Amino acid sequence: MIGLSLAYLRDRALNTGLNILLLGLSVASLVILLLFSSQLENRFDKDAQGIDMVVGAKGSPLQLILSSVYHVDIPTGNVPLETVELLRRQMGVAQAIPLALGDSFRTFRIVGTEPAYPALLGASLADGRMFGQKMEAVIGVEVAARTGAGLGQRFVGGHGMTGGDDGPKHEEAPFIVVGRLKPTGTVIDRLILTNVESVWAVHGIEAPHDEPAHEGESAEEHADHASPAEVTAVLVQFGSPIAAVRLPGFVNRQTNLQAAVPAVEVSRLLALVGVGLDAVRAFAVLLMITAGLSIFVALLTALRQREGDMAMLRVIGASRAAILGQVASEGLILAAAGTVLGLVLGHGVIALAAANIEQLHQLGLNPLAFHPGEAMIAMAALGIGLIAALIPGLRVLQSDIADTLANAR
Amino acid sequence: MPSPEPQTHLNKVEGPLVETRGLSHWRDGRCVMQIGDWQLQPRAHALLLGPSGSGKTTFINIVTGLLTPSQGAIFVAGEPMSILPPAGRDGLRRRTTGLVFQTLRLIPALSVTANLALAQQLALGQVDRAAIAAMIDRVGLSHRAAARPRQLSQGEGQRAAIARALITRPHLVVADEPTSALDDANAARMIDLMFEVADATGATLLVATHDGRIAHRFGNRLNLEAPQ
Repeated sequence: MIGLSLAYLRDRALNTGLNILLLGLSVASLVILLLFSSQLENRFDKDAQGIDMVVGAKGSPLQLILSSVYHVDIPTGNVPLETVELLRRQMGVAQAIPLALGDSFRTFRIVGTEPAYPALLGASLADGRMFGQKMEAVIGVEVAARTGAGLGQRFVGGHGMTGGDDGPKHEEAPFIVVGRLKPTGTVIDRLILTNVESVWAVHGIEAPHDEPAHEGESAEEHADHASPAEVTAVLVQFGSPIAAVRLPGFVNRQTNLQAAVPAVEVSRLLALVGVGLDAVRAFAVLLMITAGLSIFVALLTALRQREGDMAMLRVIGASRAAILGQVASEGLILAAAGTVLGLVLGHGVIALAAANIEQLHQLGLNPLAFHPGEAMIAMAALGIGLIAALIPGLRVLQSDIADTLANAR
Repeated sequence: MPSPEPQTHLNKVEGPLVETRGLSHWRDGRCVMQIGDWQLQPRAHALLLGPSGSGKTTFINIVTGLLTPSQGAIFVAGEPMSILPPAGRDGLRRRTTGLVFQTLRLIPALSVTANLALAQQLALGQVDRAAIAAMIDRVGLSHRAAARPRQLSQGEGQRAAIARALITRPHLVVADEPTSALDDANAARMIDLMFEVADATGATLLVATHDGRIAHRFGNRLNLEAPQ
């Protein structure tokens, strides 16, 4: 009977193709949304791993998180270098890692920081060594792949964080690549890491001296000739749960500082994005229902034309169950073909988008990753195909064979 | 030396293949078919002759178990078709009877070969490719075996329909108005072919028609009058 179903589907090839395409498009829409939202959330989680709080200049906390954790927005400003020590002295702080941003090389951000930062995101060296001296740089795997930079190679950063090649160059302060990182699947794959002093040096800022105040010199006087060195943000990892309660309030009470918690800001962001995703998802579900209705109408029309065939099949020995099974298999074959097409299309679109749209590429969209939710989408599509087939199938079974044949004779 | 006895897939039937006892059928308080007592012996060629409205199709539906008679009983291959439950009637029809309709009712999406294979699969639960090829050859359609019904001429389609009815080696082949749409020459050829294939397979032939042109070909004739 499967052979008969295939023969009937081939017999009305155009109709069959259009129904498969319609269902395929709806499945593809849902798959794209599922992959996009799940991989986006996953990426947000991975990039923020181990970072409990970010301290930066006052402004939008979301902007602070986006610029300092995900490296996709411009920073809110700078904070005094002393902030790092201030935070490290606080009880409950396990780590406080400074970030100094401002330059880039061929769209890849140059981040002044400490070796603790790549360690926090689970990065390790593929070859070379970690940056130590001024103007030494370690590059992420994607930077290496896209720029072709190797160990010992020198490069010059450009001012600004988006298009390093167009802005003014810091020709006088070239970096040298001393290490390359293994792939991590996090934002660090796209970063150029160096120490904070290198970033200052590029901008002609002297590193602060560690000398204590001279005898007879007040703290204010000492501060007057202290270095103007600043950092862009400080990534903080808590050492105890109590810090999560105490520290954000403490930071926000400082005149120039604000604290932002990645988990809170990301959930706010996802809630905002989620409204749009929900709207598109509702549209895709509507498309799937439309595809189901289309299969239903196609099978209903086909079965009306085939009532004589069905009656004849009953006469030559097909049981009611066999007839119902044949009709059901037609719906299931359509649904299965539409599902396979949708899955291929969905993953194909993700692959094309990741290859051609820079922002999506930076999100690390993986077209080869499968989400368990895709199985649910496939089951829903198959269920719709089955229901769309069974309704006209049951109707055919209720008809009187003798009457049908008499009308068809 | 006599040729070996053709075999159907059933055991040999003892007694009449079809037997009616006081058979009649009523619809909306009106008698639409009345036959009474009648017998059809195995391997006979019988003609059910009567004008439109005389109950020929009603009788064929009763013989094939598609309709339960209002009065009387009918036995097919010794089994009481009229009192069997629907599933039993379906099974008896599947095991004993092949049908040929005026409009052929071949499955349009399938080739001639696939139509025969489907009938064999449904009736016997298996497909015998060699038997199908032999049957198609017997009805002269070897060159059209892969053709779809819509690609066949009327005569080719009828031969395909006869082949499908006989591929399951039924005891009884029932044909409803098989020649009504044919000219004299094609009607004669159709009857010749049905006789030839039925004899070759050992099937009994019951042809219902109002076509008087073929009446003289049948020794066993049952004349139905339109009930008053």
